[in-house]
Amino acid sequence: MLGMSANSVSYNEQGSVESGVDAAQENSSIPASISGGGAAFSLFSADCKKNEDLKEMLESNKESLKLEAMKRIVGLIAKGKNAYELFPAVVKNVASKNIELKKLVYVYLVRYAEEQQDLALLSISTFQRALKDPNQLIRASALRVLSSIRVPIIVPIMMLAIKEAATDLSPYVRKTAAHAIQKLYSLDPDQKEHLIEVIEKLLKDKSTLVAGSVVMAFEEVCPDRIDLIHKNYRKLCNLLVDVEEWGQVVIIHMLTRYARTQFVSPWREDAVFDENSEKTFYDSEGRRVDQSKPYIMDPDHRLLLRNTKPLLQSRNTAVVMAVSQLYWHLAPKHELSIITKSLVRLLRSHREVQYIVLQNIATMSIQRKGMFEPFMKSFYVRSTDATHIKTLKLEILTNLANEANISTILRELQTYVKSQDKAFAAATIQAIGRCATNISEVTDTCLNGLVLLLSNRDETVVAESVVVIKKLLQTQPSQHSDIIKHMAKLFDSITVPMARASILWLMGEYCEHVPKNAPDVLRKMAKTFISEEDIVKLQTVNLAAKLYLSNSKQTKLLTQYILNLGKYDQNYDIRDRTRFIRQLIVPNEKSGALSRYARRILMAPKPAPVLQSAFKDRDRFQLGTLSHTLNSQSNGYLELSDWPAVAPDQSVRIVEVVKEAGAPLLGKSKPGKSAEKFYSDSEEEEEEEGSSSEDSSSSSSEESESESESEENSDDSNKSSSSESDSEKKKKTLKNKKLQQQKPDSKDRYWSHSKALLLFIMTKFFSIHIVLAFSNQFVANCRCSLLCLCVFLACQFDAVSWHVRVSLQASFPVFVPETSHELLHRMTGKGLSAQYRFTRQPCIYGNSMVSLQLTLSNSSDQALENIHISEKSSTGQNIHRFNAIERLEPQASVTVSMGVDFNDSTQAANFQLCTKEDELSVVSIQPAVGELLLPITMTEADFTKEQGKLLGMNESSATITMTPENISSQSVNRKVVSVANLGVIPSRILLSVSL
Amino acid sequence: MIHSLFLINASGDIFLEKHWKSVVSRSVCDYFFEALERATEPENVPPVIPTPHHYLINVLRHRIYFVAVIQSEVPPLFVIEFLHRVVDTFQDYFGVCTEAAIKDNVVVVYELLEEMLDNGFPLATESNILKELIKPPTILRTVVNTITGSTNVGEQLPTGQLSVVPWRRTGVKYTNNEAYFDVVEEIDAIIDKSGSTITAEIQGVIDACVKLTGMPDLTLSFMNPRLLDDVSFHPCVRFKRWEAERILSFIPPDGNFRLLSYHVSSQKIKKKKNVFESFLCSSSLHLFDKNTLHINDSIIQFLQLLSWDVGKINPQKLPSLKGSMSLQTGASKPDENPTINIQFKIQQLAISGLKVNRLDMYGEKYKPFKGIKYMTKAGKFQVRT
Repeated sequence: MLGMSANSVSYNEQGSVESGVDAAQENSSIPASISGGGAAFSLFSADCKKNEDLKEMLESNKESLKLEAMKRIVGLIAKGKNAYELFPAVVKNVASKNIELKKLVYVYLVRYAEEQQDLALLSISTFQRALKDPNQLIRASALRVLSSIRVPIIVPIMMLAIKEAATDLSPYVRKTAAHAIQKLYSLDPDQKEHLIEVIEKLLKDKSTLVAGSVVMAFEEVCPDRIDLIHKNYRKLCNLLVDVEEWGQVVIIHMLTRYARTQFVSPWREDAVFDENSEKTFYDSEGRRVDQSKPYIMDPDHRLLLRNTKPLLQSRNTAVVMAVSQLYWHLAPKHELSIITKSLVRLLRSHREVQYIVLQNIATMSIQRKGMFEPFMKSFYVRSTDATHIKTLKLEILTNLANEANISTILRELQTYVKSQDKAFAAATIQAIGRCATNISEVTDTCLNGLVLLLSNRDETVVAESVVVIKKLLQTQPSQHSDIIKHMAKLFDSITVPMARASILWLMGEYCEHVPKNAPDVLRKMAKTFISEEDIVKLQTVNLAAKLYLSNSKQTKLLTQYILNLGKYDQNYDIRDRTRFIRQLIVPNEKSGALSRYARRILMAPKPAPVLQSAFKDRDRFQLGTLSHTLNSQSNGYLELSDWPAVAPDQSVRIVEVVKEAGAPLLGKSKPGKSAEKFYSDSEEEEEEEGSSSEDSSSSSSEESESESESEENSDDSNKSSSSESDSEKKKKTLKNKKLQQQKPDSKDRYWSHSKALLLFIMTKFFSIHIVLAFSNQFVANCRCSLLCLCVFLACQFDAVSWHVRVSLQASFPVFVPETSHELLHRMTGKGLSAQYRFTRQPCIYGNSMVSLQLTLSNSSDQALENIHISEKSSTGQNIHRFNAIERLEPQASVTVSMGVDFNDSTQAANFQLCTKEDELSVVSIQPAVGELLLPITMTEADFTKEQGKLLGMNESSATITMTPENISSQSVNRKVVSVANLGVIPSRILLSVSL
Repeated sequence: MIHSLFLINASGDIFLEKHWKSVVSRSVCDYFFEALERATEPENVPPVIPTPHHYLINVLRHRIYFVAVIQSEVPPLFVIEFLHRVVDTFQDYFGVCTEAAIKDNVVVVYELLEEMLDNGFPLATESNILKELIKPPTILRTVVNTITGSTNVGEQLPTGQLSVVPWRRTGVKYTNNEAYFDVVEEIDAIIDKSGSTITAEIQGVIDACVKLTGMPDLTLSFMNPRLLDDVSFHPCVRFKRWEAERILSFIPPDGNFRLLSYHVSSQKIKKKKNVFESFLCSSSLHLFDKNTLHINDSIIQFLQLLSWDVGKINPQKLPSLKGSMSLQTGASKPDENPTINIQFKIQQLAISGLKVNRLDMYGEKYKPFKGIKYMTKAGKFQVRT
């Protein structure tokens, strides 16, 4: 190897000259230096000769020849042949212009860099340069290869590159950086602290590309730093669906562990599981600690369960399994059933997938039979299944057996006994045994069936039956002496040692039940003792000893004979046992007190063996893991912790508002951002969120934490806000009095004297704030809670402040009321009735319009024709009419949509519905303030800022009359909410609910 | 995660190895060979084999074992799923996934493996992205490449990986815009010797071949979507839309892909029993009626398999097979009641009754050519005798 090192030195020198220069031009100088190391190479003469021409090809000027050579070299690597002496020739091509050539060089470099560290350094500068390339993909690829070169010297360079890439603008490069973290960590674990910093930074990343990779890095480098996850928990939950499938698996596994440390167990007997109760939870920690209160799931816990559920439909089996295990370990027991179908679906997949899934089902089915019982038939064995699949299916079928289905299962098992696969047939017999012990109703049936099998012509079947019968008989020997006799008769024909041993044991144990047969069997055994297997010999000695104690008259001599044979046996176990038994049972002077107890020792009643599943103890491992599959802890297995008795501080997951608002403040750079864009934004967002109103709970739970913080800030008790959430549902109609203009002094009065609560609303044209006046005595109670009621609307025509406001994020409606209001009664409408509902969707007819959904139904017995809105509008509102309905059949109904521009007032819009025959009465729609709002998300700071800009014109106030006896924060809240027809979003980031 | 990959053929030779982290000696495969020896059938090798320092996770497909070497805890399905994805990719690229095909295209294989994993963690597994990175070898391209010296590796850098629809590349162009959907249903059933069904279920898939220009947004609706018991989607399908409206809405990947796989439970099949049973009676069950099929001394020892290609079945004249077999001397008497596996195909029928209602395209102006085909096949269809 002397030649080698000399060689590398010479390259090093050359490298310093060459690096960065186009390698092809320098080719001519290489062969001379190679000849210096020639002696060393000749050791591998055969390889070398072939490689010599490769080297020449690599050094030629032709791209195609070089490429050809590289292809052949990759071929060598693939076959596992050594090609490392070509390293110098290859590494020069690292800067090639040809992409394929370059890629192949990368492949080579990564493979051999570890063995040729000095030479590998030559390539580093190329990568360093590429790291600065304007093209993100080139940067990423350079980082990828650089970090794959396992040369400890370049650790600092790698560290630097990773740090830089972690702040790269391109998410793809950041993803590569996350991958590089793991590589660097495995190369140099000392870098851990620095790497954790990078991980922390990348965890905050909002790109779905990065999420999976950085969590992987987290799991590898610092899985115990759960504190890094807190702030990113909700983001990860929300991103999960859009992360690529492999990342999903990793994130789900990590979140499972996380959730087990952060939430309290949902598995309480008395737990009240109610989706709606989520809201009541917002109260306070104080209540949760109190164990006497019913269990209420942490909204973050619920968020995780809700966001992983759709992934059960993934085509990736690993994702489905990951979600299943998450539900198994985290979900309340009654919600588990949703994973069943998906798991059963996976059974249609490849053999290996089946194997893993069946293992997990086996573990689950022990604890929860009910989950899989309806799918029992999916576990029926097919003759084409591999043996390990068959055994697993059998295991599951046995686990699922209960009084109701046992006859079906036994019938199925019967056909399996006939299987050609004898190992499987034997396993089936064991399964029958287990069914028989577990379900007492069928014990006799099974026993009889097994006795029948004793006459089977296959030896393994018979042997297995004997063993199982032995176990079964142990539970109730007295009733089955005839079976024992039958087995004694069969003894001669059975040759499998285990079966013979079992029969012998049975004879000995129950020799009192078969007093005639037992000595006879012993006599036969005495004849064949020498040629028996060890296990049979041991049992023969046992039988002899037991018979000696119970029936010494007949068997004394036989026992002595067998003990003598055993004394000189080749196997020391048998010699030991013989010596022990002799001392125990044969009385002599030396034997002490022990022999007096011989009978009690040997003939003690023995407990029946418990036939239990091999998967019984597997639940100590997290499902879906390698450790679970192997039933032994594998390297790097992270234990799933037990639920904490008391939930750790949940406020750790609160994300700072500014960060949550997320969207870059584009508004400042684009002051003229149009209103259309604004709406389309919110539309997009809605679509992502599924445009379903059910989502309201998800977003409210997201915000819940922030709310509790705001509560802390306030000087008041927490009680008030808890009741508030209920108020959303109960809406009382209150007389809504609109005060467009209010004298400033009266406003001041409200502010200063009554400490009134404000509900600020900026509508499309101007802002309204509703001033609610209360008498002094209960203001203190209300103040803090109503802070949460603030609602915002962006004012799109307010030119002065618009550019600031676009920075506010438009949101989707969190809550869309389902209730419709009556517009026209069928009596007044002469058969035509109409109902309207605010859809709270952006209106398609115009930005300033509120969209309405009108349901018209015909309750008369004649068809109504040409239903339309009369052209005459009694008030000034601009109405977009629906297209005339040509014909409405009796009892039919039709839903149409229309737009009304309320001009931001709560004044009623009046119009006239007409049919072909009649002009019907004028109807009016009066919107609650809430219906005029546009949903906006903004920070508290912005809120305060916007609040300051509000004018009196923007004010809308209503008076609530309260009777002194029911003055409580709760009732006030309810009334305020119902006046405005708004919902409460408990957060400092405030969302209003309508357009 | 995945440390190394070894490809082992049926005769137990390692013919390809690839390492993503430091090199693992191929002697680690000895543990695998041990397990292989112990297994009576090639399928019986346990998928997960522990060794002192590593764990071997293998899948067997096309008579090739793909053995992944793992060093620490990882969900086994993660590795298994990935290995199958590798096989699918090879099949996609080379048409077949055989030892010969892999050896012939070893460079492409290596390039693919390099792109699919980074440091053992899957990077690009989406066929559309991979095809942008590395062009599949075709005869024409091979010829062109040898003459011009151009390469298989895409000159352009992949864009799909960066977009919001990672499964579709941008700038797709076709002169004929077409979208074909194949609804293929497989019946899994076990029939006992008296002819009654022990278990039966339908597994269906919708495979699509979409060749459309630009960024089309498709919606596919069914006449009877409630039929589907359990579904799993290609990532392109918008799940929320399905939940709400039972409509498949998606931006399709370019080329062939599996849009949906579904399951129809046995309860729903019972409604279809007429079709199902009349079919069975007319064909397969009678074929294998004990009276018709005389297996005198049973199945041949060296093949252990008797296969019979019936061809097209004429309901009036049922085919029957009779014969006697002689055993090799000394061979043990085989099983008296072997299980019979049945294969059949019915064209233009989805046995579950699933029907596609309509396919609409948004986002592009041209009119695509649409087509749909139905087929029913026997899946794991067994008759116990």
